[in-house]
Amino acid sequence: MAELKVSAIREGTVIDHISAGKGLKVIEILGLGRLNGGAVLLAMNVPSKKLGRKDIVKVEGRFLSEEEVNKIALIAPSATVNIIRDYKVVEKFKVEVPDVIEGILRCANPNCITNHEYVTTKFYVINKEPLKVRCYYCERTMEEDEILANL
Amino acid sequence: MEWKGRDIISIRDFSKEDIEFVLETAERLERELREKGHLEYAKGKILATLFFEPSTRTRLSFESAMHRLGGAVIGFAEASTTSVKKGESLRDTIKTVEQYSDVIVIRHPKEGAARLAAEVAEIPVINAGDGSNQHPTQTLLDLYTIKKEFGRIDGLKIGLLGDLKYGRTTHSLAEALSFYDVELYLISPELLRMPRHIVEELRERGVKVKETSDLEAVIGELDVLYVTRIQKERFPDEQEYLKVKGSYQVNLAILAKAKENLKVMHPLPRVDEIHPEVDGTPHAIYFKQVFNGVPVRMALLGLVLGVI
Repeated sequence: MAELKVSAIREGTVIDHISAGKGLKVIEILGLGRLNGGAVLLAMNVPSKKLGRKDIVKVEGRFLSEEEVNKIALIAPSATVNIIRDYKVVEKFKVEVPDVIEGILRCANPNCITNHEYVTTKFYVINKEPLKVRCYYCERTMEEDEILANL
Repeated sequence: MEWKGRDIISIRDFSKEDIEFVLETAERLERELREKGHLEYAKGKILATLFFEPSTRTRLSFESAMHRLGGAVIGFAEASTTSVKKGESLRDTIKTVEQYSDVIVIRHPKEGAARLAAEVAEIPVINAGDGSNQHPTQTLLDLYTIKKEFGRIDGLKIGLLGDLKYGRTTHSLAEALSFYDVELYLISPELLRMPRHIVEELRERGVKVKETSDLEAVIGELDVLYVTRIQKERFPDEQEYLKVKGSYQVNLAILAKAKENLKVMHPLPRVDEIHPEVDGTPHAIYFKQVFNGVPVRMALLGLVLGVI
């Protein structure tokens, strides 16, 4: 495999095995494009044994919260998260779509009570691949496109 | 299943055994009511009916049910006369009202409002319709009506006609019927077809589903025709409503092609989708259906209050 054309990071997080084309969305939902943060490196459409093609996001000086990892799982269920310290991978895990998604997703139904009152949203995952969820409150189902638009 | 304190929010929360238990309890209460005239099971209990949008029928049916059980009723029939007009949140309204009552019945224009109310309240909450989502007590009274008329639900061919897109009664009823061995005919204009995810779920659960826009072509096969109003108020776009307004009218000419024992149901109110000339025929059971709301709601109130 050709050597990746992105440099290693000293400390931070590498999100690997993002399905090709989803890397930018990962950067967007994690808010990594904001100024004043550490360096963010994005590799798009690089060869992958597992996926054929994949995206990789490297974030310098930043570690992810559980909520952020859950968000990545919704966009890129195949992703792996590597925690880097002193240029070494000290922890590596695969993201996992939770059975219940709380607080990180808006309901696409404009008439859902969660879009009108102060409520922590809650969705039951009814299918993980392709992702399909049901709003606990209004019972409307959302599929991948709507989920991405409402993260 | 523990019924005392239980919330009645969605037909999805029910198992077939739960449904059957409610129908049997309703039947028992209807019989007792007929024998005694008045029951005292809920004496000293207070029902709060919170109707954030108008619904005379459902509200009166719940109120009648509570009175028939010997309980008392407080509440409001429209949000404009309450503190909601001052900007009070649903959460606060519920927290306040539960201090005054033992059980809450809520009708709200927003989907999911009843679920939120149930989460906030420590007393049982019954959903009397939340937007275009669920209306579980209507579904239970519909099932009760079918069972009373035919002595069974299994083996019937049931047509749902009209607004299957926005009509919550047809969504809940279709879901509940999937517990039974029925054939469903979904009859609607193209624009108002049953949401795909519901049709897929029905098929996954083994229900034979036929979708059509041609009532005349299928009416001869049906045992039950469940007619719904095309509800102007549910359409986000009035132009869309105008395209489908008056798509169907059940009248004597259409019924001439039906089976002799076809039963026509309607959750009411109707506008012009069933001609008044049908009212006098043995097909029409929609006013009996209205009556059946009372024993079914008596059963639910009594069960969640833990008094029957």
